[in-house]
Amino acid sequence: MRYTVPEFEVERNLQRCISCGACVRQCSYGVHYFDDDGKTVLADESKCVACHRCATICPTHAIKIKAFEMAYKTHFNWTPQAQQEILKQAETGGVLLSGMSNNKPYPIYWDKILLNASQVTNPSIDPLREPMEIRTFLGRKPKKLTFSADGSLATRLEPQVQLETPIMFSAMSFGSISINAQKSLAMAAKELGTLFNTGEGGLHPALRDFRDYAVVQVASGRFGVHKAYLEGSRFIEIKIGQGAKPGIGGHLPGEKVTVEVSNARMIPEGSDAISPAPHHDIYSIEDLRQLIWSLKEATQYKKPVAVKIAAVHNCSAIVSGVARAGADIIVMDGFRGGTGAAPTRIRDNVGIPIELALAAVDQRLRDESIRNTVSLVAAGSFRNSADVVKAIALGADAVYVASAPLIAMGCHMCQQCHTGKCNWGIATQRPELVKRLNPEIMSQRVVNLIGAWNHEIKEMLGGMGLNSLDSLRGNRLMLRGIGLNDRELEILGIAHAGQ
Amino acid sequence: MKKVIAREEWCLNCRLCEVYCRTAHSVSGDVVRAHLREDPTPVSRITVEGDNLDSVAVNCRHCDEPACVAACITGAMQKDPETGIVTCDESRCIGCMTCLAVCPYGCIKTGKAAVKCDLCQGTGEPACVKNCPNRALVYVEVGGAAK
Repeated sequence: MRYTVPEFEVERNLQRCISCGACVRQCSYGVHYFDDDGKTVLADESKCVACHRCATICPTHAIKIKAFEMAYKTHFNWTPQAQQEILKQAETGGVLLSGMSNNKPYPIYWDKILLNASQVTNPSIDPLREPMEIRTFLGRKPKKLTFSADGSLATRLEPQVQLETPIMFSAMSFGSISINAQKSLAMAAKELGTLFNTGEGGLHPALRDFRDYAVVQVASGRFGVHKAYLEGSRFIEIKIGQGAKPGIGGHLPGEKVTVEVSNARMIPEGSDAISPAPHHDIYSIEDLRQLIWSLKEATQYKKPVAVKIAAVHNCSAIVSGVARAGADIIVMDGFRGGTGAAPTRIRDNVGIPIELALAAVDQRLRDESIRNTVSLVAAGSFRNSADVVKAIALGADAVYVASAPLIAMGCHMCQQCHTGKCNWGIATQRPELVKRLNPEIMSQRVVNLIGAWNHEIKEMLGGMGLNSLDSLRGNRLMLRGIGLNDRELEILGIAHAGQ
Repeated sequence: MKKVIAREEWCLNCRLCEVYCRTAHSVSGDVVRAHLREDPTPVSRITVEGDNLDSVAVNCRHCDEPACVAACITGAMQKDPETGIVTCDESRCIGCMTCLAVCPYGCIKTGKAAVKCDLCQGTGEPACVKNCPNRALVYVEVGGAAK
């Protein structure tokens, strides 16, 4: 006997169902099936994950996915979910796994921060009529600029990465997502003038043409890292931690290590790809410094080297150390960052919000007069352009997004990435599912999304009377908190609304 | 002329092309009524062959030299010299189904008469293409004269 009850219920409107069977053929979880008559469509609801593929593809909108309503004796502490999780563990004896990101109701500070706008004393700007600059440069900046007598720049600039928008696509490896999903992001990055990130999965041969738009990751498993991989990139990112699962490594099960994945990662087919929790050659800032400079040496000092860490309790001190170790770009991933698979307890309980981490780190680096030595990239759930604008004002140079473009490609947040059965062709390696995601269509949808955000960012900048994103970077006077206590305001470095 | 080209690498085996073909060739033009109320149920001119891993939508190629037209004993099957579209005049068809036997692609279906793709009467993008969720069907200009 199974002690768990289904989470969802499939409601089929029989007045509209035409028995075309699209739902039967499209559900990789095996929920829908034909009765013996070949016409009546039935459903095994216990398998439903609410990915909505069936409801979306149904030509007559006959399918509705509802919550399986089960009355429990009310108990504030022992919620139905808490009970279900215990039942699952009692059944399997295993660690609870989840995909996507922290879904506990912790405060979302973006929603407690308000933006400013110009009135009377400084004019607002209409971005449709006047120039508006959102171009972004990442990399180490000089302390000051010096010019020679003829007016030319005398200061030697460190390598810079030019982006046409402050929004980049975060690391998602080939393995965790399909080649078609990764290619969609690569094509979109090229069209938008921004970058995608290979994650720790190596570079698939099909993406060689997009190398100029790739951030390549060097993580604890060192999968797929070789000289051409490093040299082909726009910048290199050393991954120390990930917001969704700080302190733990990664595990791509052998069944997902197909021939193609094995080639890209340079590991045997079918073997588990295990990324250890720490880099086994990094046990101090000094060790990290060695890796940073090794990578710079390997690429003739032509590329910035980034270090990505998860936002954790003492990240200001850590980032200060990383900056001093020679990183040109520091990425911080908040606890709402996404993942292809993480233990649920880690996902939901470890790390801190990116809003607080970003504000604290930016302030610390300024206090130590080393803010110019690194660019700060914030990651860990940007749901819309307003979140991005607020992050820039808190001190970010750019942001990474991943969940948002995945949603643009069809993701419905069912959080089953770890099962590899993604019906949308995103988090899967099964060929019959991968082919469901056509990069021709999906890259355009991602371009539309980020293009729309760019427009909105320009509108918000214009409203604040600014004509360039650089005028907003770290400009916390443009922000006010609402419903926040003094300590939160102090950490965020902003005044309360009305002040 | 413009033809419907199937790109099997993107075919999902969802078979929505069949659903919308039936609807486009129904009396009501409504997807639910076409399938549940109309008698006879309209025939889909396009058929998806295969399974979820390998599938492809097969329909009329509107050949330059159509075997079905050559074989038709009543002159019901004609290739329009202007548009290049091969259609069956169902009022002249006697249902001998010689066309079905000679079509190298198996694209003639049986209803009361021989039934086949008419590219939605040349009214722009055919319904199968318009409703394909993954662009596995595209309506593009290909070589081959419309005569």
